[in-house]
Formats: sequence, structure tokens, C-alpha cells
Amino acid sequence: MKRMLSIAMLASTAMSVSMPAQAETVFLSTQLRPIEEATAVREELLSGLERPVDYVVEEPPQFAVRMEAERQAGKHTISLVGALHGELSPLADKQSLEPLDDLAKKMADAGMPQSLIDLGKLGKAEQQYIPWMQATYVMAASKDALQYLPEGADINKLNYDQLIQWGKKMQEETGAPQIGFPAGPKGLMPRYFQGYFYPSFTGGVVRTFKNSDAVAGWEKLKELWTVVSPNSTNYDFMQEPLASGEVMVAWDHVARLKNAISGSPENYVVFPAPAGPKGRGYMPVVAGLAIPKGAPDKEGARATIEHLATQEVQLQTASLVGFFPTLDVQLPEDLDPGVALLAGAVTATQSASDAVISLLPVGLGDKGGEFNKVYMDAFQRIVLQNEPVADVLKAQGETMSKLMSDTKARCWAPDAKSEGACPVE
Amino acid sequence: MTQNRPWIPYALILPSVVFLCLLFVVPLVQTIWLAISENGVPSLANMRTMAGDLNFGRSLINTFLLTLAVVPIQIIMALTMGSMVSKMGGGRETILWIWTIPLGISDLAAGMVWLSILQNTGYLNSILFGMGIIERQTAWLTYQTPVALFIGIAIAEIWRGTAIVMIIIVAGLNQVPKEFKEAAEIFGASQWTRFTRITLPLIRPALQSALILRTVLAFEVFAVVYTLGGRNFPVLVGEAYNWQNQNQNYGVAAAYAVLIMVISLAATLVYLKAIKVDPERLP
Repeated sequence: MKRMLSIAMLASTAMSVSMPAQAETVFLSTQLRPIEEATAVREELLSGLERPVDYVVEEPPQFAVRMEAERQAGKHTISLVGALHGELSPLADKQSLEPLDDLAKKMADAGMPQSLIDLGKLGKAEQQYIPWMQATYVMAASKDALQYLPEGADINKLNYDQLIQWGKKMQEETGAPQIGFPAGPKGLMPRYFQGYFYPSFTGGVVRTFKNSDAVAGWEKLKELWTVVSPNSTNYDFMQEPLASGEVMVAWDHVARLKNAISGSPENYVVFPAPAGPKGRGYMPVVAGLAIPKGAPDKEGARATIEHLATQEVQLQTASLVGFFPTLDVQLPEDLDPGVALLAGAVTATQSASDAVISLLPVGLGDKGGEFNKVYMDAFQRIVLQNEPVADVLKAQGETMSKLMSDTKARCWAPDAKSEGACPVE
Repeated sequence: MTQNRPWIPYALILPSVVFLCLLFVVPLVQTIWLAISENGVPSLANMRTMAGDLNFGRSLINTFLLTLAVVPIQIIMALTMGSMVSKMGGGRETILWIWTIPLGISDLAAGMVWLSILQNTGYLNSILFGMGIIERQTAWLTYQTPVALFIGIAIAEIWRGTAIVMIIIVAGLNQVPKEFKEAAEIFGASQWTRFTRITLPLIRPALQSALILRTVLAFEVFAVVYTLGGRNFPVLVGEAYNWQNQNQNYGVAAAYAVLIMVISLAATLVYLKAIKVDPERLP
């Protein structure tokens, strides 16, 4: 009996010690997680590399935990990470990313816009990540909705008044509100406030958080919300309610509209988000590639970054998964028709004469989630619970102020530059 | 044998004690420390952030309301179901098996099942539309329809959690000696009297376990609510999840976790005191 026990114990110890040796470059990504996309990455985008790459995906919260665990343990398995700008920012904050200045120079020579490369510095002196793919947010409408468009409105140059009018007309004619926003627990609604609503109404994001323009903007949003589907607070990905016909018009990230649009491109139009008094706010989304300090296979990781940043692979990425190149290249003619529609709206947004670019938050470290919460709490109180706008903005503004002074984050565009922490005026 | 070697019982329970310490007590202490410290110094900052949060009051009220609505209904239903099944001759196992199906489904899957029924394009609307009661899709799960949302979540929770209560109560009912009931019948006691004077007192231990288990689970309710209510119906565990995952503030998440634990422990104590069990009947 005793002997059996000791054998069993020995066996279990031996099993836990003999981990399989890793010959592959491990590439951990928070992007392109759905199985079709991950398969496209494994079988198409990463093929042709000398050393095999093991592409593993992780949801953003688990990604943060895993990176922190590896950093604390000092035992690294991951050689390359692919994640959003905001997800890489806390890692850079803890000095846990390798500087990539030489690669950045190569990218600049290959035609990557300097503004994009600079985003990858995350406010530091050295290059923290190499921009990998980009996307943005657009609006999509089913063609049935076009008949209700207010007279004289150009869908590519909508303003908020026209959107509200359109919504009212659709509600009158169909009997139900037809505009949808991804305000569910996993939806990207905070980005709507930071990249679209605030820049369009106030020309800022943090500085202008509670000024009179913001108050007027929130009043407008309340008016818009009367024609927005109340199910919006349950929507995470707008492609689903759009495809099922629950709403006719929606705002969301291109990748979260793609399935509906690519499914039946002939049924949809895709167009820029509306403009407010200060212009047409929009926010580019950038995913980057970075190498954690202590990565077991830095060479393999560098080779993979260079491979993914070639013109050919960037174009392949666009047509396979609907994220757009970070290199300055022309998209091919034979693009998937759904992706082509989305790309058209992205171009229309970027080249709009009244466009106001809103960059991703820089310097918030791991407070990005709480920064989002300030906007979502304001939204919940003002729009859903109908509390007085000025009071709510004052209270939330204090939270925002504290967040900024705690993180010492400087202002980013469209806010005017600041010396120290970005102030709430 | 144990008389010669008195250490044997201790040796046998040692693995489980070590296991519990490693995987339960250590994380528990760490969580409590996380909740009551900031940057390694004792601090109530996390507790203050939690209590000052927009959804703290709502999530507390919602969790208690849901528990108060769901647990009594489940106990009554489980008692009724258990009594009915005990009178059955054939097919008893089959019925029990069917009743316990929801037990085999994960919380999240149960939430999805009810979402497919209650959402705009769900089965409920299809049926109502087919019968001509509604003219178009009606939304039941929005912030504008809090009563319908609450009822929907409560029904889903009742559907999902009644089976576990019923199993415990059926086990208790099986142990009630037939002789007592027969004697009462001879003396002419009505069915109601037999139930309240004989069955209920005798199944107290089972009832106590069922209540404790079910109430603790009710305070931990999450996946079903998250699927059906999302942002519209905050509950305590949901807020802990949001602070951990979305806001990435582990301290406040830990504060919520500690609060849930304290509430569960308090509820357990209340049941232990309120439903006295004859010590001789304890295992």
C-alpha cells in the first residue's frame, strides 16, 4: 500500500516536471480570436516563415493576467504579442516590452506613416510596438432604411440632426426604433464617446468633458436616444441585430459589422458616423506587435513581425479578416465585397473635410478600463436614468480629474497638449 | 487497527486539508488582503470605491430582491414536487430524471436558452405574434421594462435552480418513516396536518441544507443575469466581474468578492440558528 502511494506520488511529480519542450515561436494575440480568423492566421498569414509559429489567442482580460503572471514569475513562454494599443499600454508602463527602434525604422522605410509609428511609442522615448493592422468605427444601414432618409441629406455627410430626423421617421413608419448602438456589457460604446461623440460636439475628449458644449451634446444624445432601440444596452456586436433585422441602422467597429455586411453586401450601405458642431469625430483603432522582455525566441518574433508587415501579407490580412493595412498601400480590386464596402466608408471618414481625429488614450496604463467607465457611468446616469446633465458631468468630471492626476497622463489629440496631467476644464 | 496506529486517521485526511489550504485558504487570505489594502498598505480605499460606485446600491438591492423572490418559490415548488413524486408508483425515476435536466446545464447555457425565448426575435414573441396578441416584436429585457426583465430573470433562475433543492428534499422525504404517517392517518389527521406536523419537522435537516445551499448560490447568481440583463440588471457578482475584467481594478473586485462572502456566511448563520435541527438527527 505504502509502496503504491509512493509510486503514485512519484509519477505525478514526474508528470508535472516534464513540460513539453518548446521549439516554436509562441505568438499570443488578443485579436483575430474567432476560429475562422485564427485559422486564417495560422494557415495563410503565418505560412512561409522559416521557424514554425504557434498562434494562440486569449481574451483581453486573461491576456493582461497572463502577461503579468509571466512577468512576475520571470518564466517566459511568449515571444510575440499582438494586441490593441490600449492593451499594450499597461505592459509598456511596467517596462516589460523590448524596444523595437530598429524595426520601426525599417517600417518607416517601407512606407508606414510616421504618425502611426509614433503611436507605437506609447508616449515613451523608445518604440514599444510595431503597428500591425488598423480599423475604425463606421455606421451601417440596411438599404430598406434609405427611403426614410430626410430630404437633402447626403448619407456620407450626415449630421446629428439629420440622424435624429431619420430615426424619428423610421420609428413612425415601422413602429419601432431602428437605430442601434453596442452599449451592452461587451460592446464598444465607450469608444463612441471618446472617439465620436465628444470630438464631434466639443472638439476634445478630456479637457472638454464637462463644458457647455458637452452639456449641449448630451442633450442632443438624449434626443437621439428616444429613437434608439432600448435593446441597445444588451448589444455587444451590432452585426447580429443588424443581420436579424432588429435594427436598420447601427454604429460599431468594422470587425463587429463585418459578418452582417459580408453576408449580404447587396443589402447594406456603410457610411461615416455623423458630424456635430465641432466636426466629424473618428477614432482609428491600431493593433500592434510587441516582444515581451525575456522572450525565449526574440529572433523568431522579429522575423514574424517583419513577415506580417510585408505588403503582400498586409493585403492578405485585409481581405481575409477585414483589418486594414498599416502600410500605405492600395487595396486590391478583387477584395471581398463586404470588406470593400467597409473600406469605402473608412476612406470616406478619413478624407471627410470636417474630420476630427481622436487618438487612442496614451499613458493611462492599467486605468484604461476605469477611464471608459467614466463615460459609461455618465451615459447611464444622463441618458438611461435621466439625471440632470450638468450635475452628472460635474461629479464624473471629478472622477476623471482624479484619474488623470493619478496616472499623470498628458492630453492627446484632439485635446490641446498639456504640460502635466491632462486637466478637466 | 487504528488503536495501534492512532495517526492513521490524520494521515488520511491530510491530503484533503493540504489541498484545501493551498487552493482555498491561501487565495482567500490573498483576496481579503487585496480588498483591504492599496499598494501594499492597509487601506479602505477599495471598499470606499465599491460603496461609492454608481451600481453598488442597485446591485445589492437586485441581488437581495432576486434571492427573496427566487428561494421561497423554489422551496415551495421543490416540496410540492417531492411530495408528488413520493406518492408515485411507477415512472418515479423517469420523472425525477426529467426534472433534474436543468441541473446538467451550465449557468451560461441556461441563460442562453432563456435568451432565445425572451429576446426580440425569440420564441415567446413568435408565439404571442402567432396568437395575434402582439403586432410586432416586443422587447422584454430592456432598461425600459424593468418588471418584465426581473420576472424573466427570476423564471430562468427558478427553472435552473429548483432541481438541486428538490433532490435534497426528496432525499429527506425518503427518510421519513412510513409508520408515523400511518399512525397519524389512523388517528384521523388530515393530509395538511400530516404534512405540517410530521413531514416538515422530520425533513428539517434536509430543508436546512437546501436553504443554505440555494441561498448561497442565489447570492452568487451571475451567468443567467449577465446573459439576460447585461448592463440593465447589475448584481454583486456581475459587478465583481466588471471591476476585474473591464475596469482591471483587482482591488475593488476583491472587495466585492469579500462582501459576497460575508453576506453568504451571514445567511448561513441565520439559517443555522433559525431552523433548529435536533442534534441527534445530525449525521
